[in-house]
Amino acid sequence: MQLKRHQKCWDNCLILTVQSIQQIQDQIIDEFNFFQDWSEKYQYLIDLGKNLPEFNDSNRIDSNLIKGCQSKVWLNSSFDNNLVVFEADSDAIISKGIISLLIRVFSGHTPEEIISANIDFIDKIGLNSHLSQTRANGLLSMIKQIKIYALAYQAKK
Amino acid sequence: MLDVYKIRKDFPILGKKVNNTDLIYFDNAATSQTPNQVIDVISSYYKENNSNIHRGLHSLSADATNKYENSRSIIKNHFGAAHDHEIIFTSGTTHGINIISSGLEKLISSKDELIVSEMEHHSNIVPWQMLCEKTGSKLKVIPINDDGTLDMNEYKSLLTNQVKFVFINHVSNTLGIVNPIKEIIDLAHKNKSKVLIDGAQGAAHFKINLQELDVDYYVASAHKLCGPTGVGFLYGKSELLNSLPPYQGGGEMISTVTFNKTEYADLPHKFEAGTPNIAGVIGFGAAIDYMNSIGFDNIEAYEKELLDYATENLKKIDNIKIYGDIDHKISVISFNIGNHHPSDIGSILDQYGIAVRTGQHCTQPIMDHFNIPGTVRASFSFYNTKSEIDLFIDAIEKASKMLG
Repeated sequence: MQLKRHQKCWDNCLILTVQSIQQIQDQIIDEFNFFQDWSEKYQYLIDLGKNLPEFNDSNRIDSNLIKGCQSKVWLNSSFDNNLVVFEADSDAIISKGIISLLIRVFSGHTPEEIISANIDFIDKIGLNSHLSQTRANGLLSMIKQIKIYALAYQAKK
Repeated sequence: MLDVYKIRKDFPILGKKVNNTDLIYFDNAATSQTPNQVIDVISSYYKENNSNIHRGLHSLSADATNKYENSRSIIKNHFGAAHDHEIIFTSGTTHGINIISSGLEKLISSKDELIVSEMEHHSNIVPWQMLCEKTGSKLKVIPINDDGTLDMNEYKSLLTNQVKFVFINHVSNTLGIVNPIKEIIDLAHKNKSKVLIDGAQGAAHFKINLQELDVDYYVASAHKLCGPTGVGFLYGKSELLNSLPPYQGGGEMISTVTFNKTEYADLPHKFEAGTPNIAGVIGFGAAIDYMNSIGFDNIEAYEKELLDYATENLKKIDNIKIYGDIDHKISVISFNIGNHHPSDIGSILDQYGIAVRTGQHCTQPIMDHFNIPGTVRASFSFYNTKSEIDLFIDAIEKASKMLG
């Protein structure tokens, strides 16, 4: 199921689920290196946002809302076979694009990997310098929430 | 008519590059930019005058006190108050509102009713909700019509004998609509209700005469009028301010202090406890002087020209929806493009160096009324130009295309 989802979205990365979080980040950094200017990066984020897998409506609930975002962002997680799977949605398309990158980085990894992950791709793809403080805070809240979910699953084991 | 290119030279920030392109600042309703005439006065205060006011006998203190009190006179004269002591310096509009809401705690009872409107900024809603919680009084809300204007018929029917206070903004920060405050005040007074006008958006765009309006309380912030942040004023009629208890205790607001009994100082000091934002207040006076040197009639006429030009051209964009598109408004345009989220449009505009505000603008009830997550709000000032508006329209079209 999880592999299918990745295949649908990232048909060029069939081996995604066996890549480490760092490898995925490096791959994203490589991809963004192709872009000449901010408008190409934004266009890519917009396209990623549009292609984000459909979010399960029953998870579009207030308790899944991330605080600190100007747009609404819902994040839901499940735990299967020692892997944390994330799905998310937003009412804003650029947020959805950013979410899509976060899901690609974090989803399908063990709680331990997620907790210890050092997230450097946002800086390295030059996204930070294009994010307003409000949006950067929103992004930090999303990463924090992702790690909180991972911590909770680790504790439950 | 004003010479915008000459005026722009007064504002150093307008020459700034943002994202490698010339800054286009269309977030004036959030805060206005500061001219050299104000920056220099603040800087010179710290270089030449810095000392505490009202206390020292030494020359520096006397000089600082004179400058501080001179600002009070400038503001009293500009806004047409009857007396200097009716102008209380605050940290801004929100502070002014809280001085009144806190002062009313003992004067309002559970039988009383208060009126706000659906178009208020949260800072003119939440303090009154808190007051209602403390006193058991009831908050009633004037709804807005679909064109964004206040439903005045509903206002009249809400004005019952129990209504002690009406709290309304002069101009909606989100929609730019200028409310008929003279009519609102007169109706309230006939009903023996008092009125506080939130002038955060009103004070900067046209000349106001507080005595002619016969308003009971009026609050505003300096930073919307080319002044510094962290300073504003509360106007109140003398007899009303005298009837309120002090907001904060401390130095400056007393005449005698003993452990048996402390006597409070007279107005305005009663409400100015502690060392105030002296440099800010002096800068505020300089800002009013600066705007008067340009002339409020000129400012109003030019901003109207910008508003009409922008509105006319924005309307040519596919799927645009402007909220509060009526004649009587200041140079604020709130809009959405199709179903695009305002934050998406705002983020892309920022890449073009264009600063607008996106979101709910601290007016969630308005967003709920129109059932939208927010708007893009462009707000123009007398130092903006039509060619900036052209670039803005162009950037919106590009953003709309990118978002697809």
